[in-house]
Amino acid sequence: MQVPISEVEKIAVLSRLSLTEEEKKKHQHDLEEVLALAQRLNELDTTDVKPTAHIQGVENVLRADEIRPSMDNEKLTANAPERENGCFIVPKVVE
Amino acid sequence: MKAYEMTLKQAAQALERKEISSVELTQSLLDRIGGLEPQVRALNAVCETQAMEAARKSDQRRASGEAKSGMDGIPAVVKDNICTEGTKTTCSSKILAHFVPPYNAHVIERFNAQGIITLAKSNLDEFAMGSSTENSAFGASKNPWNLSCVPGGSSGGSAAAVSAQMAPLALGSDTGGSIRQPASYCGVVGLKPTYGAVSRYGLVAFASSFDQIGPFTRTVEDAALALNAICGYDKNDSTSMNAEYPDYAAGIGQDVKGMRIGVPKEYFASEGLSEEVKASGQNAMKTFENLGAIVEETTMPTFEYALTAYYIISSAEATSNLSRYDGVKYGHRAEDFDGIVDLYVKTRNEGFGDEVKRRMMLGNYVLSSGYYDAYYLKALKVRTLIKQDFDKLFDKYDCILSPTAPTPAFAAGAKSDPMHMYLTDIYTVPVNLAGLTAMSLPCGLSSGGLPIGVHLIAKPMNEVTMLRAAYALEQALPPIGDPTFAGGDA
Repeated sequence: MQVPISEVEKIAVLSRLSLTEEEKKKHQHDLEEVLALAQRLNELDTTDVKPTAHIQGVENVLRADEIRPSMDNEKLTANAPERENGCFIVPKVVE
Repeated sequence: MKAYEMTLKQAAQALERKEISSVELTQSLLDRIGGLEPQVRALNAVCETQAMEAARKSDQRRASGEAKSGMDGIPAVVKDNICTEGTKTTCSSKILAHFVPPYNAHVIERFNAQGIITLAKSNLDEFAMGSSTENSAFGASKNPWNLSCVPGGSSGGSAAAVSAQMAPLALGSDTGGSIRQPASYCGVVGLKPTYGAVSRYGLVAFASSFDQIGPFTRTVEDAALALNAICGYDKNDSTSMNAEYPDYAAGIGQDVKGMRIGVPKEYFASEGLSEEVKASGQNAMKTFENLGAIVEETTMPTFEYALTAYYIISSAEATSNLSRYDGVKYGHRAEDFDGIVDLYVKTRNEGFGDEVKRRMMLGNYVLSSGYYDAYYLKALKVRTLIKQDFDKLFDKYDCILSPTAPTPAFAAGAKSDPMHMYLTDIYTVPVNLAGLTAMSLPCGLSSGGLPIGVHLIAKPMNEVTMLRAAYALEQALPPIGDPTFAGGDA
């Protein structure tokens, strides 16, 4: 299973990572190794087999729509790298 | 007997009978930690002041006959990916190096309600991704049986702490074997409860459809007592099972006559299984037969595909979960950046270690357009087949027996190739794919003096049967003794 470097770069963008040339080669090698193993899953016939994303098969666990106290803003934002007036500070997003 | 040597049950009884105070017990464990931690490096933080304060309060409650539970005053170690309000929870990652959770995980609330004391936070592979605790951003933990060997992982710090008698109880988390494999390497009991039996609220997410919190103890009975303390429904976790929970100690001491134990032949035929581990597993099978159980060879045709399916699915879930680390709400933020995307990229590049990046790359690859069906969806279908294989096995058997890991603990630095590292979890991952319960307990020592574990698996919510079998086996096998702290350079 060949993974071109351009593909590694695309995946790094999706992962919000930037890789050095050396790291790209390492990830290329690691991906190729795992994907070669993954090919072996094709030895199993999965025609008409339903996928299992979650073992319990539970769907839409609902609760009553009731008003409850929120967590304290000061406490919740205390870990933020930058904050002001109970808000998170981020660089300008929309020009 | 010194206080730190006590098992969970012994310590609870001694506290109950007022033969010891929680302050004495906690101080004894803190002294033990002080003496051994420089060599073992099991812990990210020791909560000395809070623990002693909590111990004093526990003693006051006991003195006035107001103990919160039979466990009131017991100190426990908690894996550092379980949120503790006001105490750093780092996941052994640079990105969370200074994170102080604003709330407690459900299991910590359960601890508080019962008077169980958080003594220390234990080291792990970064975000629980690894099998040796070498991937920690804060340095590797060591195996108390041989300090030149790894304790296993990812809950290696918790396993090493219980093995080294730094605490009678530790919590870990198990996504693909992260409780059972280190338990095997460190010669302790490690149990992964049924998926949904312990709330994941406040457990930092790795792969949400697999993650489960569970205990490390030095005896099987202690594992049962620990489950009584942490299992149960929690409305804050939508996957928490709203069911009747048993007294997990109910089967302790009952015999195993007529119990049906299946041993899939693929487990013992697998390449890479050491002769000593194989012999030790066979000895466990023979012991069960001598105890009156019916041990039969059976088959698990999908076994060899489980590890691959696991790495595809767990990496896909991990990359989704880790997208929250963006340098905005909490955690590390890069200093120099040019715009919001650059902030994300630099923050994540600096904050995450190699193995975490590797899993994110794989996860995003298998989820990306064009590869989703071929890899992710295919792996989910294989997961269905694995579950069906187990369903068939549990129609016939009460428990499945296998080795916990292919070999005893390996030397630090010996598995630099990630694929070799992944293979140490070959016996444990199928259990997480199917949401089952399983445990590792010691069943012998290698010629090199390292513990060997045996792995028992039961169907969901059947921990009581599994613990009954494990207790019978533990009682019938000669104890492996205490760790020797060999191989140290100190």
